[in-house]
Amino acid sequence: MSDPMRIRAQAQGDKTTVRVLVSHEMESGQRRDAAGKTVPAWFIQSISATWNGKPVMSAQWGTAVSKNPYMQFSFKGGKAGDKIAVTWVDNRGDKRTDEAVVA
Amino acid sequence: MKKYLVTALVGFAAVVLGSSVLAQKTTAEGIAEYRAMLADGNPAELYEAKGEGLWKQARGPKNASLDKCDLGKGAGVVKGAFVELPRYFADTQRVQDLESRLLTCMEQLQGFNAAEIAKTRFGDGEQKTMESLVAYISGESRDMAFNLPQKHTQEKLMYEVGKKVFYLRGGPMDFSCASCHGEDNKRIRLQDLPNLTKQPGASTGFGSWPAYRVSAGDLWSMQRRLNDCYRQQRFPYPGYASDVTIALGVYMGVNSKGGVSTAPALKR
Repeated sequence: MSDPMRIRAQAQGDKTTVRVLVSHEMESGQRRDAAGKTVPAWFIQSISATWNGKPVMSAQWGTAVSKNPYMQFSFKGGKAGDKIAVTWVDNRGDKRTDEAVVA
Repeated sequence: MKKYLVTALVGFAAVVLGSSVLAQKTTAEGIAEYRAMLADGNPAELYEAKGEGLWKQARGPKNASLDKCDLGKGAGVVKGAFVELPRYFADTQRVQDLESRLLTCMEQLQGFNAAEIAKTRFGDGEQKTMESLVAYISGESRDMAFNLPQKHTQEKLMYEVGKKVFYLRGGPMDFSCASCHGEDNKRIRLQDLPNLTKQPGASTGFGSWPAYRVSAGDLWSMQRRLNDCYRQQRFPYPGYASDVTIALGVYMGVNSKGGVSTAPALKR
């Protein structure tokens, strides 16, 4: 079970800035555990965001992104009360979607 | 697609690159700026949210939540409890810090084995729970001033013990806590070290733990921080929630009086 993301979205002028804090191990696959065995890679492969259901951002991530990553992006448009949804999918096939309302 | 990739600021790496351009500034200013940039996205928030859930969730062999846990301000009161810990508790008849008090609550209310949890490695099992709980509880006292009680004789005694331990030199390197944290304007490599014997150093140092440590990728409680201090001094492991760690907590906490708690903070 993955933990929820923290999403904050703020509309200012003609653009909306979205800040997302993602809870994920983002294991690179390069580390070994105490017994010397490789810790298998486990990371978010794709992350995307929608604004009232319309895609506004999508990205592909790899193992170089840090644990518990922070992501910020902005898009044109958006006003208070609009709905932002962020979805990620990791290499194990786990996925999670969290929503926030634009302030 | 490519346009979106460019606008997305991904992870901490990008932020670090940004602050390396600031070569003209002092290191302290550079670090302060780095922290300010990250403050918006301090992953400690994830632990706070998780800890709040764990506090309210019925868990353990007795399937009970922690909402009857007395952190010093009455059963279930979380707000403001952190800035008055460690303190004396009548029911256990000892001075306890946040972690040792949580162990008591987890044992008495939830039926966990406190000794077992104290022996568990940091970041494993219930120790992981502990990190989220301390993040939540300390976060509920954010920006409040430290005001540790010093009325009970046990509390006064623990302050004196903590002071002794702080200045105790030992180990293969003949170190004490005071070697690094007993004077103003000391640093290790490029990091400024707070003088924990008085204000404002005491609350700058003590008041910022628990904290999310970027280099460790984890939230560290005060207990874990002290454990690392002992490791750096090449001292033996002090024992989780042991009296010596609590005494040091009382010493640093009382010295922080009037200073503001920023925990759970963000560390390099």
